Amino acid sequence: MSLDVTLQTDPDTVLTDPVAEARRQIEVCNACRYCEGFCAVFPAITREKVFADGDITQLANLCHNCRGCYYACQYTDPHDWALNLPRALADARIDSWERLAWPGGLARLFQRSGTAIAAALALGFAVMFLAIAALPGGGEGFYAWISHGAMVAIFLPAFLFPLASLAISLRRYWQEVGGGAIRLSHLRAAGLAAARMKNLDGGQGQGCNFEKEDRYSSGRRHVHQAIMWGFLLCFASTSAATVLHYLFDSPAPYGFWSLPKLLGVPGGLLLVAGCIGMVMLKRKADPGLDATGRSTGSAAFVWLLGFVGLSGLLLYAARGAGLTGPLLALHLGAVLTFFLLTPFSKMAHGFYRFAALVKDAGDKAA
Amino acid sequence: MDGTTAAAEDWDVVIAGGGNAALCAAIEAAEAGARVLILEGAPKPYRGGNSRHTRNFRCMHHGALGPLVDTYDEDEFFDDLLRVTKGETDEALARMCIRTSADCLPWMQAHGVRFQPSLAGTLSLDRTNAFFLGGGKALVNAYYLTAADLGVEVIYEAQVRHVVMDGPKATHLEVKIAGTSHRIPAKAVILASGGFQSDIDWLARAWGEAARNFLIRGTPYNRGVVLKDMIDQGAQSVGDPTQCHAVAIDGRAPKFDGGIATRLDCVPFSVVVNRNGERFYDEGEDVWPKRYAIWGRLVAAQPDQVAYSIIDARSINLFMPSVYPPVAADSIGELAAKLDLPADRLGETISGFNAACRDGEFHPQQLDGLATHGIEPAKTNWARPITDPPFYAYALRPGVTFTYLGLKVDDRARVAGPEGQYANVWSAGEMMAGSILGQGYLAGFGMTIGTVFGRIAGQEAAKHVA
Repeated sequence: MSLDVTLQTDPDTVLTDPVAEARRQIEVCNACRYCEGFCAVFPAITREKVFADGDITQLANLCHNCRGCYYACQYTDPHDWALNLPRALADARIDSWERLAWPGGLARLFQRSGTAIAAALALGFAVMFLAIAALPGGGEGFYAWISHGAMVAIFLPAFLFPLASLAISLRRYWQEVGGGAIRLSHLRAAGLAAARMKNLDGGQGQGCNFEKEDRYSSGRRHVHQAIMWGFLLCFASTSAATVLHYLFDSPAPYGFWSLPKLLGVPGGLLLVAGCIGMVMLKRKADPGLDATGRSTGSAAFVWLLGFVGLSGLLLYAARGAGLTGPLLALHLGAVLTFFLLTPFSKMAHGFYRFAALVKDAGDKAA
Repeated sequence: MDGTTAAAEDWDVVIAGGGNAALCAAIEAAEAGARVLILEGAPKPYRGGNSRHTRNFRCMHHGALGPLVDTYDEDEFFDDLLRVTKGETDEALARMCIRTSADCLPWMQAHGVRFQPSLAGTLSLDRTNAFFLGGGKALVNAYYLTAADLGVEVIYEAQVRHVVMDGPKATHLEVKIAGTSHRIPAKAVILASGGFQSDIDWLARAWGEAARNFLIRGTPYNRGVVLKDMIDQGAQSVGDPTQCHAVAIDGRAPKFDGGIATRLDCVPFSVVVNRNGERFYDEGEDVWPKRYAIWGRLVAAQPDQVAYSIIDARSINLFMPSVYPPVAADSIGELAAKLDLPADRLGETISGFNAACRDGEFHPQQLDGLATHGIEPAKTNWARPITDPPFYAYALRPGVTFTYLGLKVDDRARVAGPEGQYANVWSAGEMMAGSILGQGYLAGFGMTIGTVFGRIAGQEAAKHVA
């Protein structure tokens, strides 16, 4: 078997195209290999000798930006090779999200611009205030402000559209990275890696190098777990409420000892705490190791997610008080914006990341 | 901390150098209660000397230890050392170093160093060499953090120019910091600032003008200033200035700091020719990990200190990827043109080699005995004709890791002056490694010497000032 060495680049020439630059840096990594023990990216690199564009997309999405490799790297600036693999992969990663999203222009807008996310949020608020003002209520609790039927009419499309968009993007991703048949074992391995945030543990449980430079810390892993599990609990809460509504004829509002609240309250608290923690960590972290020119988009997304959690908690806390109407509009406005932006904001990373973990599990098994 | 402040302080131990040996010494001395200052010549991003480029630590052990499997005992370790140095070693010092290495691994872990299983492609070392998670820079970072937690002060870009001696006793270090000279007082001095390989003029004086074509695999900051200063003041030296750890690396590597990535593993599967298009040594003498260290010298002896390793399409996938893409061509003539080699001569060399190849089983992972017949020099393993285009070539040049000329020390790391050991000067790391490595090299042994002697120097210096 021969090898297409024409894919190889000159390590001395720093490139501007994100995919080409990531390839240049990965080739240096593959000739060095000191970082093999940090995360899944390096063993995946050593399985190849040359890297096609799809290989770069896969490696970029497998990278969790733990930054261990940057601080361990003997070739970082001012070395001629000027390696900054966390940034190179972040740039290639976001480039892939913007390229693979459908419709593509929206991802370019919302990945880049925190202002655009804020504007979308304001628009979400306005839609919900108008809906509440214009549409009749019908029922107890917040259904007194907006009927169940009206909520379904707004949120069912707002939920299905992002799912359809993500389905198209993930299909494109799978084609680009050359993914094969998916087995249950691959999904299980990916699920375990995601559930434990294995790739943020530094390889030995010591954590990553996000906010304390070369000192390891579990800070980011912890706040990310809080956000991820908080979000999943909130999502489970909403799903449980839907099941109760339709299958058990038990519409909202629910008491504290009900499934939606037992899932939703801790979920909301975790989500809010995690988002606050993430904002604080991001302030300490070196922006030079993250994607170029995407910091406001990424920060605005964390604020949005945190606000979804916070407004949900406030809505529950303020039940019976006169604030329910405006709080409901704010919460639902935020949820609406969050859903609709999912394929085009930082939220999309979870889907691509999971796909990358599934592909990696398959490659390892092969 | 700036130079003026440092010069006004009352230091117990001042260390010249900021690599592995210096850091081990600093940590030991600080743990014993000493006030320690590290003077690192490099700026912070390049701190750590050659340790930044290392990847493992050779370690004696009985039974599994950390990432190491089985047993690697003192005699086997010493035999390995004897083989590479051809007896050019100090047996007592070497055996002490080997025995002490076993205690060092847990000490390293306790001071922040993390190990990982052998890297892909280095499985043969999983019994003898403990690999650092993230490599040597991660180790250096961990030690700087540990040292900082212990109150050790570090000044970067602090070039030690002169050790001020009063008879057998060092009193000050003359240091250039941010363009200004300072005299920093010290009760004890530890010299751990490496070899002189980055002073190309010195290398050329020792080696001849050929040395100007050598590449330096590691830090550009090891220029031997303190080593020369001590030798000029009568310190006893060990080692031959022409001896160094040098390997054949990619000829396109940067002049300094190319590190591990410039390694080329294609030689055993190739034909290696010099600038005249002629072969000069058996490319298949042994497996590459056992031969790469002699090829530095072999290439250094060729005209212009350059050679070309040539393979065909069948071999391109047999070795670890190179950091530079190969020069590729569809014919040997085209390849010669691209490399600026005499096409006729190269063509004759390749066709002569091909004609000398015999049929047989080719096994890239082991000595396969597939040897040429009737040519000089023979290729004694993996001799497969170069026939299938595209043809590929990699330029080779000598890459120096570190020089062996160093300070003579005793088993307490104390430096020998003109009249016996100095009262308060110790040395560790590459600066004294020539005491043990007279010639040749054993992978990971530089870090063993640095760790063992660095720790001893730190302990002894702290005892001296206590």
